[in-house]
Order: sequence, then structure tokens, then C-alpha cells
Amino acid sequence: MKLDEIKIGGMGASRRRVEDNRFIRGKGNYVDDIVLPGMLHMEILRSPVAHARIKSIDVSAAWDVPGVRMVLTGEMMAARNLAWMPTLSYDTAAVLATDKVRFQGQEVCAVIADDPYIAKDACGKIVVDYEILPAIVNPVQAAAADAVQIRDDKAGQVGNKVFDWEIGDKARTDKAFADADVVSKIELHYPRTHPSPMETCGSIADYDRATGKLTVYMTSQAPHIVRAAVAMVAELPEQNIRIVTPDIGGGFGNKVPIYPGYVIAILASILTEKPVKWIEDKTGNLVSTGFGRDVYLKGEMALRKDGKILGVRMNTISDHGAFFADAQPSKFKIGLMHSAFACYDIPTAHMFATGYYTNKAPGGVAYRCSFRVTEAMFFQERMVQAAADDLGMDQAEFRRVNFVKDEQHPHRTAFGFLTDSGQYEKCLDIGLEAIGYKNFAAEKAEAAKRGRLLGIGISVMTEPLGAGNSREYDILGIKMFDSAELRIHMSGKALLRTGSRGQGTGHETTWAQIVAHELGIPADDILVEEGDTDTAPFGMGTYASRSTPVAGAAIAMVARKVRAKARKLAAHLLEVSEEDIEWELGRFYVRGNQERGVTIQDCAMAAYSNMPDGMEPGLENVAYYDPPNLTWPFACYIAKIEIDPETGVWDVLQFVAVDDCGVRINPMIVEGQIMGGLTEAYAMANMQYQTYDEEGNIIGGNYMDFLLPTAWETPGFELYEVVTPCPHHPIGAKGVGECATVGGPAAFVNAVMNALKEKGVRNIDMPMMPNRVYEALTTGKDIYGMPPVRSGN
Amino acid sequence: MSSLYEEINIAPASDVPVRQVTVYVNGEARTANVEPRLLLAHLLRQAFKLTGTHTGCDTTNCGACTVLFDGRPIKSCTMLAVQADGHKVETVEGLASASELHPLQEGFKQEHALQCGFCTPGMMMAAKALLEENLNPTEDEIRWALSGNLCRCTGYQNIVKAVLWAAEKMRAELN
Repeated sequence: MKLDEIKIGGMGASRRRVEDNRFIRGKGNYVDDIVLPGMLHMEILRSPVAHARIKSIDVSAAWDVPGVRMVLTGEMMAARNLAWMPTLSYDTAAVLATDKVRFQGQEVCAVIADDPYIAKDACGKIVVDYEILPAIVNPVQAAAADAVQIRDDKAGQVGNKVFDWEIGDKARTDKAFADADVVSKIELHYPRTHPSPMETCGSIADYDRATGKLTVYMTSQAPHIVRAAVAMVAELPEQNIRIVTPDIGGGFGNKVPIYPGYVIAILASILTEKPVKWIEDKTGNLVSTGFGRDVYLKGEMALRKDGKILGVRMNTISDHGAFFADAQPSKFKIGLMHSAFACYDIPTAHMFATGYYTNKAPGGVAYRCSFRVTEAMFFQERMVQAAADDLGMDQAEFRRVNFVKDEQHPHRTAFGFLTDSGQYEKCLDIGLEAIGYKNFAAEKAEAAKRGRLLGIGISVMTEPLGAGNSREYDILGIKMFDSAELRIHMSGKALLRTGSRGQGTGHETTWAQIVAHELGIPADDILVEEGDTDTAPFGMGTYASRSTPVAGAAIAMVARKVRAKARKLAAHLLEVSEEDIEWELGRFYVRGNQERGVTIQDCAMAAYSNMPDGMEPGLENVAYYDPPNLTWPFACYIAKIEIDPETGVWDVLQFVAVDDCGVRINPMIVEGQIMGGLTEAYAMANMQYQTYDEEGNIIGGNYMDFLLPTAWETPGFELYEVVTPCPHHPIGAKGVGECATVGGPAAFVNAVMNALKEKGVRNIDMPMMPNRVYEALTTGKDIYGMPPVRSGN
Repeated sequence: MSSLYEEINIAPASDVPVRQVTVYVNGEARTANVEPRLLLAHLLRQAFKLTGTHTGCDTTNCGACTVLFDGRPIKSCTMLAVQADGHKVETVEGLASASELHPLQEGFKQEHALQCGFCTPGMMMAAKALLEENLNPTEDEIRWALSGNLCRCTGYQNIVKAVLWAAEKMRAELN
């Protein structure tokens, strides 16, 4: 009687989510829901200006507000060596400003009071005298010879440059360009945007002086990294630090870094000996925490007349804000930008990258992205589109000619990555069929009769998800592996813990499905726990779509270790030698006699009640998994849009997504991830960005200016799948959470550009708001989005 | 109406006046002494410990704090607790009965209409208001009714399906 894997909630089951049971009842446990006895509340006073020397700070009136317990300034932090903290990119960032403020919204003072309203009142009583300095809001200003130096705190810092970095073969690439029939060029800005999860960041620090134990409840996608950082920064012994991440109201990369608020709340708890809660407001989140993108990209493509790509040059200039605080593997200064063009067979490529400080919020987090992969794939597909147009080739055909063919895998890309599998052409064909590509010309002509401009845009890409391997990927020297710990109780029920941390991504549901697949224990019998560093094994956290590629693999491996021990127990119970035991889902049996067997549950009971002489009791294990390579999901996204030329408004008529993320553990959750990702792609293409005026005032610091699409404007998406198992992952899975956000934007922009092709417009920087589209189609000129914003915009 | 009476004082500063308010929350009369400036969202969360109502943006944009006020959806971060004195408020905690879930709760789970869960309570309350007026809504009517509630995870498609799922079940229950 073979177990039905779908029925026990194993691989491939669209199992309804376990975590929903509390969320739909309003019984989630987010950090702001936690109340500790005697808890105080912290509020942060932020800088109203972008760049200024602090002449004086007078906090006396704040101390006088009844209910205020403490007021902290940069000077008080400095006295404890906490005014500055290390970033994830070998730089330093201010915790509370001492000398200067370097961006609008920077943390200047903190008030700790009995009540959040009182803390806010008291912040209003603080008087700071600023001497205003010129504000720098783009890399051109930052690079100017007479530019004011932003980081005058750093010994040896010259000007405002953060880094120069290059990769690829310059000489060979130069040769390819010399030999080219046609050289195609493109220049664009991927605007600054913000992950903006619905829940802001926050924490409760609870220091117990009697035991020396510090417990911090916080919104972190990577609690173990926080523990290590707190041990280093606050010089507390690591065993006395417990980081607990309760339910997270969305992360998208925003909750990876360590922010000043966390550090200040910890110090405040140590000083007041009371729990201190800090909950950021929405503006605080938007103006000061990790943003995404803000990269200027120039590219050139060397082409042969028949459409073959001979070489690519990329030049990136990135705006990092006041502190270099990118959350990314340390060896790569501009993330995995060089993963661009991985799905195309290109002989040679070269990239030069430069980063600058500006008077803008620090960050550069991987916003629903595997470290700048979003910029890479956007650039790739915009460049490919421009090249096809310059050659006068059909956009689908040009891609087809240049794809890495299925049988070419494993394939070394021009920038040195190794892609291990891919069926790009198959994806493209499914997408073209679904969108009705053959009929598009007729449709376009029909729409023209109604006065509307139709456009179709393609984006095909493969992207690297799931860092590491540990040879190449580390953060500040800590290797990027992950872990899982599995304990089988005597009744055959199980407890699984991992070092990853779900944030709405359904770990509690899918992790149990992997164990069900490996052991045949029904998923409903498996409790998944994450996010408490006192109980979970060490892990690097959840971002860059790394949970399934790394932690998911660790879960499969630990289950196999447990199965290996269960096999010995089975042999003992069946009174045969281990070599004579066969496995089928959930059950061992004697070879040649399938009727004679024991279940995994029988083995679990035996581990506690009837183990063979000399065997260690219990049935549990831990696995640390260091992946041999990244996983390479791939996708084809095609958008069909219609522009109203009288207003510049564009609507999505149809959107097709073909995703290959390998074996799907829970298809329902995978599709949820893709639809959510496409919505963020649509948001960036259409409305969602942050910019600055010439004084460094942020525009996009609240939900009136920073627009998220609602149910009303979000288009519907049609989803299709291709399954190419990842060759090195134990269950053939790949990352998926970010594919749609990475590949989606270029489909929308290429579609709008396709509609405007006859107008001579080559580029409109995102977001393609109606005023930008209208200006482009009436003037025939490209629209660039570099801040400062023009007056009246 | 049961009368659970509470005396809760949320630390008003000493020179601030205090008002007593009684709000009929999910069918129970609940009383608290509050500062006049206290927001309804904070009254629910802090005084009444109903933490299912979330505060997302503090500026009436995101809708995570949506509750029903005398049956109509409002954003509780933009109403003062004293304005709710004597009124009826329904929160997510009042959706399920002791024995069963509300069809919207079932629908949200069945159709995978939530991921991080932060917007979910407000989303369900806005949907409840819609279904109380219109038990047979079109997709456009649902999208319009929920356009004051932001979700960052799902892309809304499954939320629309969940509301349709609930509407169908509620219609079937009527017959």
C-alpha cells in the first residue's frame, strides 16, 4: 500500500498554508504586537536637511517632558564607542550623528519615554542648530572636482568615490568591437526605489542585568547575522545574545541590514534596565532604510550583420547614498551585476563599475533581488531590444539567434558564471504563443484605427539565485551556507528548525513538504520553527531567493541523515541485515518481500524504546549545506500594452509569464510569489520611485508620493511553467521569489518603447509615468530620470 | 450586549486631560480612559489588546488598520478614540464565531490570498463591508472596493478570487 505523496502534503502538493491559520484570525505575532512588562518606547529625531554641520544640540527641554526616561545624542553614543557602526560592505555608518548629518532623515537623537506619544512630543522639543552645506543628489555632482566632501569623517577618503571595480576581458572585448559590423548603444537610469514592506522595521531590546542576557525581538530577515553583529558592535558575549524574529510583515531585502534604531534601542535597554520598543513610522522607513537600485547604466553591443552578438561593454555608476551599506557578498562591489547576459551566448564582455557617495539615504539592498541582478537583467533586456531594433531584426528572432542552446550547458558566461541548465527557447516559444505574437501586427494596425498605440515587449533572462557556494560568496568573511535540524519524536511527529527566516514566503508550509517527500511523514505532523537564534541552527538568513536553494537543500540532506539511521532501526526491527532493506515513501521493507516492513513511525518509536545494543538513542540530526553552485531559474515575460497618445497613459492588455524554477515544492506558493513579483515589476515600471530635489529633500518619503499599485490598477497575469530540475540541488529546486521582479520591468518598458518605435524615442527611464510618456511621444526625445527633479515635475 | 468593563489607563502625561470612552467592539462594551489625541487604532491595539488591527503607514494610505465603524469601513489610524465613543467597531478578531471561520477567512486561505499577513485583517474587513452591501460583486467591483488597501506580497489577483469564493459561499448559505 504505497503512500500518496500529494495526500500527505509532499512535493508538488498545493498544500494550504499552515501560517494562514493565525493570520486570518488576526493572531499573527508581529514585533509591534509584543508587549513586555515595564516596556519603554523610543522615538528617533531625524535630520530635516540633507547635508549640514551640527553646531549644537540642546536636549534639555526634551528631558523636562513628564514621562521621558532618557534622551540619547551622538555624543552620548560616542562616549560608549557606539556613534558609528560597521556596514555590511566594509564601511562605517553613523548610528546617531555627531559631526554632520549626511542625508535627510538621518538619525540625530533618540528619546525613550513611557509612551510613544510622549517620546514623539519630546523629540519636538529638541533644538538642533545646523550649518547647511551643499547637497549632492547624483553621481555627476559627486564626481565634480569642486564637490563638497561628504565623508570627511573617513581618514584617507579622497573626493566622493566609493570604489572602482571591473570584471571581464577588456582587450578581447575591444577587439570584438573593432571587428563589429554594427555597434548598438544604450544609456539609462534604474531609479532609486524602496522595498517598502507593509510593516516597517522595529525592535524590542530587553537587557537583563541580573543574567547578562540580551534578548532582541526584531524584524530581521537574517537573525543570526544580527547576533554576530551585536556581539561585535556591543561587545557582548554571543551566548548571551538572543535574537528573536517574530512574524515579519514583508521584507523584500529591506530587513536584512542592521539599522541605527536597533543599536540605539539596545543601548537604551542596557542603560534603563527596561525593555525598549522602537517601531519606525512609514516615513522613517522610506527615508532612512535600505533602498534598492539607483544605478546609471551605459552599454554597447558589438554585432555582426546577421544578428550574432560579438561582445558587450557595460559601464555602471551607482549612487550609494551617505554610507556604503550595500547588503551583498563582499567580493563583489556592485553585486552580481555581471550576471547580465547569462542566457546569451556571447564570446566576450567587459564591465567597469564606479560607486559614489551622495547626500541620500544609504542602502543598496537587494530589493527582491539577488544582489543587483535586477539592474543586470533590466539592462540586458533593454540592450538586447535596442540591438534588435538597430539591426532591424525581429525582437524574438534576435534573442533566439543568440540564446545559449539547451545542449550547451554547463555553460561558462562571458563574465565567468557557470549556468548549469536552461531551456530559454522553449520558454520564449510558450510565451509568444500565449500572447499571440503572430497576430500582433494586425492588432496594432487595428488599434491605430482607434487612435491607440500598441506595443509588445519581451524579457527573457536567467539569473543566479541562492548564494553561495562558500568559495565565492561570503558576507564580511562569513561563508554563505545554511542549515537545518530535524528531530523525530517517538510518535513519529517531527520538529524542524532552520537558519532561514520566512517573511510571508510560506516556510512553515513548504519546509514540512520537503521532509514529507524525504521521509513520508505527513506534512501536518511536522512543526517548523525559525527565527530564534537560541534554538535555530546557524544560517545566513532569507534574501536573494536563497531559502529554497540553500536551506531547502539542507532540509533534504538532514532528512536523508535521519533516514539513514532509521534504516538501521528498521533492520533491527525486521531482524535482517541493513543491506537487505529497501525504502519506499514512508516505509522500509525486506528486499523480495514487500509485505514485510516497518513504517518510519515504527522506527521513530524504536529509537526511543527498542534500539539495538550499542546504538545511540533518539532520531535527530543537523545538516549544514554549502551549495556547489548558484541555482539558475529562467523566465520569459511578455507584455502587450496600449498607449493613449492624448494622455500618455498606458494600460496592460495582456501579460504572460513563463517561469522555470525547477521542481516546484508547492505550486500554489510558487505562483503566489510570481504574481507578487510581477506586481512589484509593474510598480517600478509605472509609478514607484524615489527622487530628490536639488536641496536633497526626498520625494517619495510617504505613500502620497511613493506610489504602490492598488488592486484597481494592478493588471492580471497569465502564468505558464517549464520544469528543468536544478542538476545539483538535492530535490531539483531553484529559487523563485525574485524572478518576476527581476525580469518583469524590462517587459513593460520594452513594450512601451515598442509602441513608440516610430516616434524616434529610444528610452524613457522608469517609472514611465504618463507625463514622461506624453513628453516623449510629443517631442520624440528620450526622457532621463536623473535627480534633482525638474521644477514642476 | 455583554458588558465587559475595563479600566485601562494608557499613561497620559500629567497635564493632559483624560476622557472616558466606551466602544462596542465586536459586540462587547469596552471602556477605557484615554487622552483625547489617542488614535482609535492605538486604543484597539494597546488598551483592548486587539493586535489584529495593524498600523502600516499612519497616513490613511495603506488600509492595514481598516475596521468597520457602525458597519462602514474606516481607517482606524485616522480616527480618534474619543470619536468612537458610543459607536460600534468590528475588528478581525470578531470575524470568526466560536465554532467556525467567516467565509472570507476560509476564502483567503483557500485561494492563497495572503503571504506576510500584515494587510490581511484590513483587507478582509474592507471586503466584509463590500459583501454586506453586495453579495454578488464583479471582479471590478471587488478591485474598486479594495483599492484603499495596499498589499505588497500577492499582486491582488488571489485576493479578488478569495472574495469571490466567500461571496459564493455566503450566497449558498442564504439559499
